[in-house]
Amino acid sequence: MEGRDIMFFIFAVVIIVFSVLTVTSRRILRAAVSLLFVLISTAGLYFLLNYQFLAAVQLTLYAGGIVVLIIFSILLTSQISHKFEALDWKKAIFSALAVIAGAIVVITTILKHTFAADTAAALEVNMDVIGKSLLGTGANGYVLPFEVISVLLVAAMIGAIVIAKKGSPVKEEEKKQIN
Amino acid sequence: MNSGIPVEYYLVIATIMFFTGIYGFITRRNLITILMSSELILNSVNINFLAFNRYLFPGNLDGHFFSLFVIAVAAAEAAVAIAIIISIYRRFSNINVENVNELKY
Repeated sequence: MEGRDIMFFIFAVVIIVFSVLTVTSRRILRAAVSLLFVLISTAGLYFLLNYQFLAAVQLTLYAGGIVVLIIFSILLTSQISHKFEALDWKKAIFSALAVIAGAIVVITTILKHTFAADTAAALEVNMDVIGKSLLGTGANGYVLPFEVISVLLVAAMIGAIVIAKKGSPVKEEEKKQIN
Repeated sequence: MNSGIPVEYYLVIATIMFFTGIYGFITRRNLITILMSSELILNSVNINFLAFNRYLFPGNLDGHFFSLFVIAVAAAEAAVAIAIIISIYRRFSNINVENVNELKY
């Protein structure tokens, strides 16, 4: 067993344990920190697959950006000491059964199927190749999705600002009607 | 270049992560935790894309760029979702999905 294999199993155990903690933890900040560990171990898996650029993107954008955004919104909207009430056991058991059944179906399908590898020589993924493909218009170019993504990012930015802008607060009698 | 780990191991890990995300999506009642579950789901899909790309089609980069775009869309989605959550919190003073039903009737 090489060092890479040992690292793979460490990342696998961390991912599985902390993703279960993310969805079951009753304190919301702990769930967010578990999500952070899951995302960092996923970046580790990307390093093992030799995709260094994507691992760096994962670390900065996911583990750095999205988790910080989530933690900020938790601090803005929740009491830190607040604990969720325990789940109704019936609901927990039936959801777990459904999910485990689905997982068993998918995993047996994966293990039964024999994956045939392509025999093409491995392409080295360096910044030169990534930049030329992202802005290329040829057979392996991705300039169209690149442009679409930039439009999407602008739309998301404007939308987020407009939605989160301070609107008129709800009046008290209206609030009573809602409840 | 590839180590002795077969591609199935990556797929099994991604499957477990995906269904954990589904479980959280079904059982959670807080909007932020639902958002976190959907991040888990998106992340597991990225692992699948990269494992397929590295093991089965090492001559192409399709999976690599697809997961790059998935990450970008996930970031945009998280920003908009959190803006919506903050706006809901301002109106209803809490973010449980059961209490946010004004548009229903």
